[in-house]
Amino acid sequence: MQFTLNGATVSVDVVGTRRLLDVLREDLRVTGAKEGCGEGECGACSVLIDGAVVNSCLVAVGQIGGCSVVTVEGLALQDGKPSPLQQAFIERGAAQCGICTPGMLLAAHALLNANPRPTEDEVRVGLAGNLCRCTGYTKIIDAVLACRM
Amino acid sequence: MPDVTYLRPRDVAHAVRLCEGTPDARPLGGGTDLMVMLHAGTVRPRALVDLWSLAELKGIRRVDGGVEIGAAEPYTGIIGSALVAEYCPALVAASRTIGAAQIQNRGTLGGNLANASPAGDTLPVLLAADAIVVTDRRAIPIVDFFTAYRQTALALGELIVAVRLPASARGVRFRKVGTRAAQAISKVVVAVNREPARIAFGSVAEVPLRARSAEASLARGDVQGAVAAVAADTRPIDDVRSTAEYRRTVAQNVLRDLLRD
Repeated sequence: MQFTLNGATVSVDVVGTRRLLDVLREDLRVTGAKEGCGEGECGACSVLIDGAVVNSCLVAVGQIGGCSVVTVEGLALQDGKPSPLQQAFIERGAAQCGICTPGMLLAAHALLNANPRPTEDEVRVGLAGNLCRCTGYTKIIDAVLACRM
Repeated sequence: MPDVTYLRPRDVAHAVRLCEGTPDARPLGGGTDLMVMLHAGTVRPRALVDLWSLAELKGIRRVDGGVEIGAAEPYTGIIGSALVAEYCPALVAASRTIGAAQIQNRGTLGGNLANASPAGDTLPVLLAADAIVVTDRRAIPIVDFFTAYRQTALALGELIVAVRLPASARGVRFRKVGTRAAQAISKVVVAVNREPARIAFGSVAEVPLRARSAEASLARGDVQGAVAAVAADTRPIDDVRSTAEYRRTVAQNVLRDLLRD
């Protein structure tokens, strides 16, 4: 089966009921999406499928044939520099251990695409599916708010 | 774990044939429940029949005085729908309380119904709204749908294609009580309607249920009697999320609140 991963077409020959998360990490060696809980609670495995943020631990890879998948590896600008959102995370220290960061970035990216000027409450709701167990939420929210259009 | 076969039907008729003709096949929607169970090994199907992309199961449309929601339409579609906001604002409110963006982008009404968890957040709303569960072969009144703990009236291979809400769904009101706003499995879910008198609960029995004696009191205009009757209508338990006593008390308090204004 084929899908688009971070802009490039990829083909994989895998059982369609395997989790997208495992195919990304183990078969394609794209390891930005992390496994936290494995049951859709923590958001560490967040990816974008056709622009919508989803937990890749809950997606059967067969379901994404023909879809466009974006992981944190696909967020940087074309010249390889961090995106404005990534730069804001760096400048504001919006990462502690870093496990939740890829998912936070993707959820924030999807939120800003849908709503370029979110309020703080809207940012909190938009990131509610991403748990940071270092509990560094304040700087993460500040970083997203700094990227409002 | 042996490989589970992935089957992608062309349309609903094909999906029904695959579900009927494949031993131990399970329909797959957005995967927010089934993929968890599959990975944990608590279900061991031999095949998954993927309904997620079937166009027949998507969309929200007006139908004879009410609204019909495709079984595989994700909650995000319900939350953004002007039609659902018009015909059943309580369903929009309930959909917003489910998980967070990641789950709302994949979770579906068809999945919430088929999974039949007593804590399913939309199910009391659908009960209070007198929803009709439309399958590939018949229309099932929601009150007949939940038959036992995680059991439904669906026959082998029978697939939910849509949920229909009548005009009376507009009056339904909803409240969920959980540990926190997002990512919380409910301790108590309450949905009420005045006309006709409907009182439905989640997480207070082995199935989502209508509180029949409370409804009878409400139909007579006896709000206090309705609140009191909840104690006999519900069968809450102690578990990891809450206690029976808490659930009964909160169910009554929330019901009183919802009926006050």
